[in-house]
Amino acid sequence: MNILNEVTLTLPSRSSNEGFARLAVAGFFAQMDPTVDEIGDIKTAVSEAVTNCIVHAYREELGVIRIQLRILEGRVAYIKVRDQGCGIPDVHRAMEPLFTTGPEEERAGLGFAVMQSFMDKVQVRSRPGQGTTVILTKQLRQRAQNG
Amino acid sequence: MLRLENDNDRLTVFLYGEIDHHAARTIREEVDANLQRSLPKRLIFNFRDVTFMDSSGVGLIMGRYKLIRSMGGEIQIRGAKPQIIQIMRMAGLDKLAEIEDGED
Repeated sequence: MNILNEVTLTLPSRSSNEGFARLAVAGFFAQMDPTVDEIGDIKTAVSEAVTNCIVHAYREELGVIRIQLRILEGRVAYIKVRDQGCGIPDVHRAMEPLFTTGPEEERAGLGFAVMQSFMDKVQVRSRPGQGTTVILTKQLRQRAQNG
Repeated sequence: MLRLENDNDRLTVFLYGEIDHHAARTIREEVDANLQRSLPKRLIFNFRDVTFMDSSGVGLIMGRYKLIRSMGGEIQIRGAKPQIIQIMRMAGLDKLAEIEDGED
């Protein structure tokens, strides 16, 4: 699929950057003229992915989170969130609803389930010790020209 | 972020703005300090002015649910928008707490 526009963000894994990541992503995709619900869905999924990097991938240490945003031909929003943290030994298990390794932080274990529910497609690649890449895509609705 | 209101045996938490993992920490500390001091029978989370919440908010509510249950109390959620209610339902919060939507 043709890439119509692309930006890359790099941010340190501080929890105070969670809100910034959501706003930056919403700001980039605003040019697609999304509905309020669509942008809300994207913000929620990005928030989950970035929080995973902060809470799980890097835990107590500070690392780098890379977010690549693309607008693909045919009104597709593409988001890649990548960390170089601890990695996930069992991706399949990590994606089960309510599974969490961080009970001391009061995590609901819903991160991937929320991403799957709010986006069309969620792909996760991970290797222990080498980090995790999450790719989220969402097909936005066609909007009327003079609506 | 939050405003607390104690009224007889009731504690109402008025939340506002965005609730994520970053904000949840402060909210948790303030609510727990009040809960342990005022020992209410009912804890009400008012979501009317919450513009965003991810699953960190669910962890926050689940944790407070366990705390108030251990004190013999109950929890109520009011005024949440549909996207937020969708996340709460995914966690089964609607089975633990009374959830009233944003219309009321």
